[in-house]
Amino acid sequence: MTFLGWIQLAVYVGLLLAITKPLGLYLVQVLDPHGRTWFDPVLRPLERLTYRLAGIDAEHEQDWKHYTVAMLLFSFVGCLFTYVLLRCQGWLPLNPQKLPGLSSDLAFDTAMSFTTNTNWQSYSGESTMSYFSQMVSLVIHNFTSAATGVAIAAALVRGIARQSAATIGNFWVDLVRSTYYLFLPISLVLAVALVSQGMVQNFKPYDSAALVEKQTVQVPKTDDKGNPVNDAKGNPVMVDQVVDTQSISEGPMASQVAIKMLGTNGGGNTNANAAHPFENPTPLSNLLQMLAIFAIPSALTWWLGRTVGNAKHGWAVWWAMALLFLAGFLICWHYEAAGNPIHTHLGVAAADGNMEGKEVRFGIVNSSLFATITTDASCGAVNAMHDSFTPLGGLVPLFNIMLGEIVFGGVGAGLYGMLVFVVIGVFIAGLMIGRTPEYLGKKIGAYEVKMAMLVVLVLAASILGFSAWASVTEWGKAGLNNNGPHGLSEILYAYTSCTGNNGSAFAGLTANTPWYNVTLALAMFIGRFLMIVPILAMAGSLAAKKRTPAGAGTFPVSGVTFVLLLIGTILLVGALNFVPALALGPIVEHFLMLGGQLF
Amino acid sequence: MNIVQNLKTSLILTLVLAVVCCGFYPVLVWGLGQGLFPKQANGSLIHDKQGNLVGSALLGQTFTGESYFHSRPSAAGNGYDPTSSGGSNLGPTSKKLSDGMAQNVSDYRKDNGLSDTAEVPADAVTASASGLDPHISVRNALLQAPRVAAKRGLTKDQITALIGKYTDHRFLGFIGEEGVNVLLLNLALDKTIE
Repeated sequence: MTFLGWIQLAVYVGLLLAITKPLGLYLVQVLDPHGRTWFDPVLRPLERLTYRLAGIDAEHEQDWKHYTVAMLLFSFVGCLFTYVLLRCQGWLPLNPQKLPGLSSDLAFDTAMSFTTNTNWQSYSGESTMSYFSQMVSLVIHNFTSAATGVAIAAALVRGIARQSAATIGNFWVDLVRSTYYLFLPISLVLAVALVSQGMVQNFKPYDSAALVEKQTVQVPKTDDKGNPVNDAKGNPVMVDQVVDTQSISEGPMASQVAIKMLGTNGGGNTNANAAHPFENPTPLSNLLQMLAIFAIPSALTWWLGRTVGNAKHGWAVWWAMALLFLAGFLICWHYEAAGNPIHTHLGVAAADGNMEGKEVRFGIVNSSLFATITTDASCGAVNAMHDSFTPLGGLVPLFNIMLGEIVFGGVGAGLYGMLVFVVIGVFIAGLMIGRTPEYLGKKIGAYEVKMAMLVVLVLAASILGFSAWASVTEWGKAGLNNNGPHGLSEILYAYTSCTGNNGSAFAGLTANTPWYNVTLALAMFIGRFLMIVPILAMAGSLAAKKRTPAGAGTFPVSGVTFVLLLIGTILLVGALNFVPALALGPIVEHFLMLGGQLF
Repeated sequence: MNIVQNLKTSLILTLVLAVVCCGFYPVLVWGLGQGLFPKQANGSLIHDKQGNLVGSALLGQTFTGESYFHSRPSAAGNGYDPTSSGGSNLGPTSKKLSDGMAQNVSDYRKDNGLSDTAEVPADAVTASASGLDPHISVRNALLQAPRVAAKRGLTKDQITALIGKYTDHRFLGFIGEEGVNVLLLNLALDKTIE
């Protein structure tokens, strides 16, 4: 753990802290239907035109049920839109590589994946998706699923802030305003900055470069029909093949990557995602992408404090998130820097740490930092392969997602997930001191606690249920790239990532099979919508309540005690569910690695 | 609540947002990118003196000859294939990974005339995340330098200076890690580029 590493951590946290309040102030304007921004001269007419075309009455507010129905139907239509476009890829424009339409299960999985802000990729972008599919079928959800997350967080916070109110806002207005005023302008600036670093943005076919040194490689021999030829013993026959060209993938990448990070989507243009030198060319592009992931979730905590009229509460939530982030990063960094004793024994320099699946320009520090950030948030972009992390270094991203991605979290999703833990926290504190639990003057009743616990239990049930199922079936085990405890970790990570709507992977798992595609898509659906509905119900219930003035016995929702209570609640309620599964996967693998056991 | 009206709004809104976010926006980024940073926006491509495309400054290539610096092992297709980017995804207790690494360590020592107990830089024997990593560590390059220098009849100073010239430094001196761009270094050795 080097001096330069500590400096880079300090710079990152410092920059994040610096943008939190300015962006929070901007959010105040974005999430107010009558808010004013610098972009009004251009965007206000566009906003009005959008409402007119779609038949939206921007002055009309919705109660929680109407808000929920609008959100669900919009997600359904978007999912269907992408499914149809992906199936029809072969007939659509901007497809210089002549890539065919997707199979039904892959199109379903991908449509669900992008609708739910997961961006799990069962496919390899550069060999599956045309420029049109990347730019339209997928990017539409990068904007709208992120804007949906912001909308729901806004609805919940309004529910907390209002009293005796029947409505919590207008879904359409929240969606359109977040997209136009928040995501579009920042994405535009970020995308151009990323191009300056070497990220491609073009529509030309893949370039073909003549290799500087021709290579001869061994490939399996195939017959006229393209089937592999086996020898008498059943082993594939290998033949020499001369490779003299490199096909360089191109495309409209920068515009996609900017919103992929800012909207905590994470779906890569390429298979290697943010590890690909085009998709993350330099240390500066890496820093910008890491900042883009946490920027809006961090600003939303400030916006929370402002909206409920208690700035200290917003900062208390920020600090609880920041402390969990720091703890995760330090553990991950420590174990990646410590490396793998099995490989050290072979003669690999111990001081270099675990470099398998990492890029030289990012090294140990920035790979560990990116892995922690992308899983604290529901982003899921990767600049290093989590599958090849050391057992405990790889446990950190897995554990972050299991907590519910509430450490800054996905745009909107992080805040509403965290507020669920706040409700549970004040409930537990209320029980301990023998008073009716209150949160910012609202009495927390059985209904709110039931809704909050539903969110926590749905997460655990989906992750553990699907993982258990897959690990005892043939279709589940057939996808494994690693044996032993690491195989279980691969399955566990897949369902955790999908239920948590993260999208990163222990990517060795071959998940592009009908069984995996369908079960993972179900996990994504459960993880998104079975959480949002109870949260909106809670928002409706809180909005209808009266506010009681704070008294001497009111439990404070700011200060050190509250921060510690919140962290304790998250770790106890959120994490204990998963300890047995983690013990069988990464934790036992750690001890086997120290003992030199191979699989 | 009117389901049909909501569905209609959803559909029209999806189409309007698609035109704005998936039409205007990427085309605007394309225009700005092509106008302000045309080289980067088109893949940082490198051409030889005859104008033939020989690669991208951001993408590594496989090198096996003794007179070239060698890139890191690659798990992308048959090696450094940008249409099949990715890592090995082998875990810490994988026998396949450990066996492969033992072979890489032994090859690296033999190729560069190192002793059987010499420590080998980790980047030289591990596959990168993308399989396209353009860089190797400076230590790795310096260990390969005597071999390349001997084969090409260059002095130690000449080769060290070239390595220095094609080293990408940390941003502002402290962000990220430094690395030597293998393709550019080898092209400079061949005098394909200046």
